Amino acid sequence: MLQIIKKRALQLIIVLFFLSLLTFVLMKLAPGDPVLLMLEADTFAVTQEDEDALRKELGFDKPVIVQYGMWLLQLLKFDLGYSYLKGKPVLEEIMYRLPATLQLTAGGLFVMVLIAVPLGTLSARYRGKLPDHFSRIFALTGASVPLFWMGLLLIYLFAYKLQWLPMMGKGTITQMILPSLTLGLGMAAEYSRLLRAGLLESLSEQYIRAARARGIAEWRVLSLHAMRAALLPVITVCGMSIGSLLAGSVVTETLFSWPGLGTMAVSAIFERDYPIIQGFVLLTGLLVVGVNLLVDLSYGLLDPRIRKPKGELS
Amino acid sequence: MKSALSGLLRPYGGWSLRSSMRFNPLTAIGASVLTLIVLLAFIGPLLLQNDPLTVNMSERLLQPSWQYPLGTDHLGRCMFSRLAAGARTTLGIAALALAAVTLIGIPIGLLSGYRRGRIDAILMRIVDAVGAFPDFIMAIAFTGFLGPSLTNLMLSIILVNWIGYARVVRGIVLAEREKEYVLAARAAGCSSGTIIWRHLQPNIISPVIVLAALDIGKMILIIASLSYVGLGAQPPSPEWGAMLNDGRPYFQANPSLMIYPGLAIMLVVISCNLISEGVRDRLDVKGTVFGKGGGAR
Repeated sequence: MLQIIKKRALQLIIVLFFLSLLTFVLMKLAPGDPVLLMLEADTFAVTQEDEDALRKELGFDKPVIVQYGMWLLQLLKFDLGYSYLKGKPVLEEIMYRLPATLQLTAGGLFVMVLIAVPLGTLSARYRGKLPDHFSRIFALTGASVPLFWMGLLLIYLFAYKLQWLPMMGKGTITQMILPSLTLGLGMAAEYSRLLRAGLLESLSEQYIRAARARGIAEWRVLSLHAMRAALLPVITVCGMSIGSLLAGSVVTETLFSWPGLGTMAVSAIFERDYPIIQGFVLLTGLLVVGVNLLVDLSYGLLDPRIRKPKGELS
Repeated sequence: MKSALSGLLRPYGGWSLRSSMRFNPLTAIGASVLTLIVLLAFIGPLLLQNDPLTVNMSERLLQPSWQYPLGTDHLGRCMFSRLAAGARTTLGIAALALAAVTLIGIPIGLLSGYRRGRIDAILMRIVDAVGAFPDFIMAIAFTGFLGPSLTNLMLSIILVNWIGYARVVRGIVLAEREKEYVLAARAAGCSSGTIIWRHLQPNIISPVIVLAALDIGKMILIIASLSYVGLGAQPPSPEWGAMLNDGRPYFQANPSLMIYPGLAIMLVVISCNLISEGVRDRLDVKGTVFGKGGGAR
């Protein structure tokens, strides 16, 4: 275990180094002079002295390597700089936006569980029968329909035609429904199949036969005994795919004008507010790498059978 | 890893398009639909000489007619021509990106698996590092700093996606190079190049096709999604995602503005997924080689 942690920690450092280098290089390649952008954001007339002073203050007169080092040191102190346009610290802006994104993500995951668990269970229970075919078609479509199109269709149907739900915005519970559905449906398609595969695998195990032999009701066997082992790969993949979840939330937020990290990043791109983009890329990159690491490490902890060495009975 | 690979390891016998299609209706359906769409994209403009970019305000939001088979959009542009042009844009970019990722990924995988040792260790560290980033974040970084455009989007897709091919090819080569037939070839005096090209290459093609079909679907989705958000293709250029973004205020007046581009994306991606699934079924490969969850669908 210690060996694995050591190896993964080394990997993590390489990845983070790569992430920082990529961000820094892209930031340097970005069109437009950040000094001028910052000065123009203020209303004063820009003089050459102002420009030189700011350039010096930001360390832009030093060699690139030194700049990279200074920038890294700043990052280590959680200093992500200031937004060009709002003048606010980037970290503050991100923290301000984060709860909305988390709320949306939670909604999406809720919808996913609500659909994937029953559908996966049914299709495993009735393998090769109607529910299974249905879930297979659902999975194939779910993997192929662009998320934003699904969102547009949902908006058209429920907000425009039926007028049951509000079209966009955030605040009330009803405004949560459509974005959560948009984010959750695609995931549900994927995870229902994963759950089905996991259930089928664990249903063929000896302990399921034992449970059935003890006369435990079939739904209990399925939902308690088999489910426990089957959920593990689902949770793992769920953690692994946090990247696509974030991607989905960017698109969903744009669709519904949801005031989260995604809309922040997209509007920052249009406004060329580079520090905000940099903050978003670094933070999401760190999040993805971190969660993947946690998933990796926790894998052995969740399933008692993995914990024990082979051949030893618990 | 070894058991998962065994399905796709065959000492001899190349890959043939016919044999992988024959017994699989899924692949056949997918390939037919995809071919049809590609044909429409290229032949359509010959049959119907409407320019996809010409704005004609007197003919906006028209219903389908002989002149405009799918009607016109909010600027009076022919929907069908725009869809066809969009297919050329999207499929073209995806094909270009695919060519690039295979051209980068396969040689690196071959080199890494065949040479092993230090080169392998270094290359695989790089692969791991790049693989840690979701393509979406990379796309945001590229379009964010270098400006929203299809080129920057494509660059970011290429930068992230080559690692899949490097990983798969390396895995196969690592397992294959120990087999007797490779030893025999070496004993017979074959050069490394000959061994790779004549003996290892047939083992690599099928898994690469499975991966490529899956990847093309994913690439099309990400191109369309980012173009919808406004970070990919820029209006007025006809790209399916950008068309949906462009026409959004008019969906209520004319829902077909929303239906067709989305349907086009869905059909193409479903076809790609079917092809991939069909070839994989025939190979009887478990999803593990192709990364998380791929086999579960």
